[in-house]
Amino acid sequence: MNNFRLSVPATAKRGELIAIRLIIQHPMETGFRLDAAGKAYPKNVIHDIGCRYNGVEVMRMELSSGIAANPYLEFFARADASGEIVIDWRDDVGDKGQAHAAITVS
Amino acid sequence: MKQKLSGTIPRRLFLKGAAAMAVANAVPLQAQTSRFEADITPLLNALSGGKPIVPGRVQMEIPLLVENGQAVALRVSVPDAAAGSVKSIHVFAPRNPRANVANFFFGSASGKPEIITRVRLGGTQTLQAVAAFTDGSFASASAPVEVTSSACLDLSSE
Repeated sequence: MNNFRLSVPATAKRGELIAIRLIIQHPMETGFRLDAAGKAYPKNVIHDIGCRYNGVEVMRMELSSGIAANPYLEFFARADASGEIVIDWRDDVGDKGQAHAAITVS
Repeated sequence: MKQKLSGTIPRRLFLKGAAAMAVANAVPLQAQTSRFEADITPLLNALSGGKPIVPGRVQMEIPLLVENGQAVALRVSVPDAAAGSVKSIHVFAPRNPRANVANFFFGSASGKPEIITRVRLGGTQTLQAVAAFTDGSFASASAPVEVTSSACLDLSSE
């Protein structure tokens, strides 16, 4: 589950609002879909995503099957200091993923 | 006059019964995808702890009409909120099998209480977004969406 794209501006002015955009390749299987034999595909969604900026929490998200496949998320952080933005996620089968981006604040 | 043997089922009646059974079998599958808007009041009460949820302040942007419920762009924000005053935003879709679509919690490094994502919709319904403020109050917004084709149709059963 390592196919994702994270977009964070490489540079920002101190105090500027920056958009963090993330898209993760994931089926977000609802558990209601049936295969040809009439058996339901087991539910598997990314249920937890956390974003930290230099260790400080930006967002924590609890998603359900109501979020579209290949979840796209955009949210905002205040650029206070140069450093790293780290996003972690986890799905129902226990697969974990992590995305990093460095930002230089002037 | 020729009489039918008792105990045998006339062919026409048998076919009718078989067709009815097929329909009956199909019903639970449809029911699962929730054909009506569920009452989300218990979910809202659990969220607010019985405190009033005041309509307003929260802004929700979603298309009025979508052809397909598989991926609908949604933006929820609290534009007039002071920095750090919004604890979380919760999105509800009453007609989805799981009405609580997502919960977003804002940390201290958050820039503004706004989130953009794409949701699945199980049919025409009125979405609701609730914002929880750090002072313990709650505000909400609702937006009607007309969905031509639900995200809950099971392609393999068509």
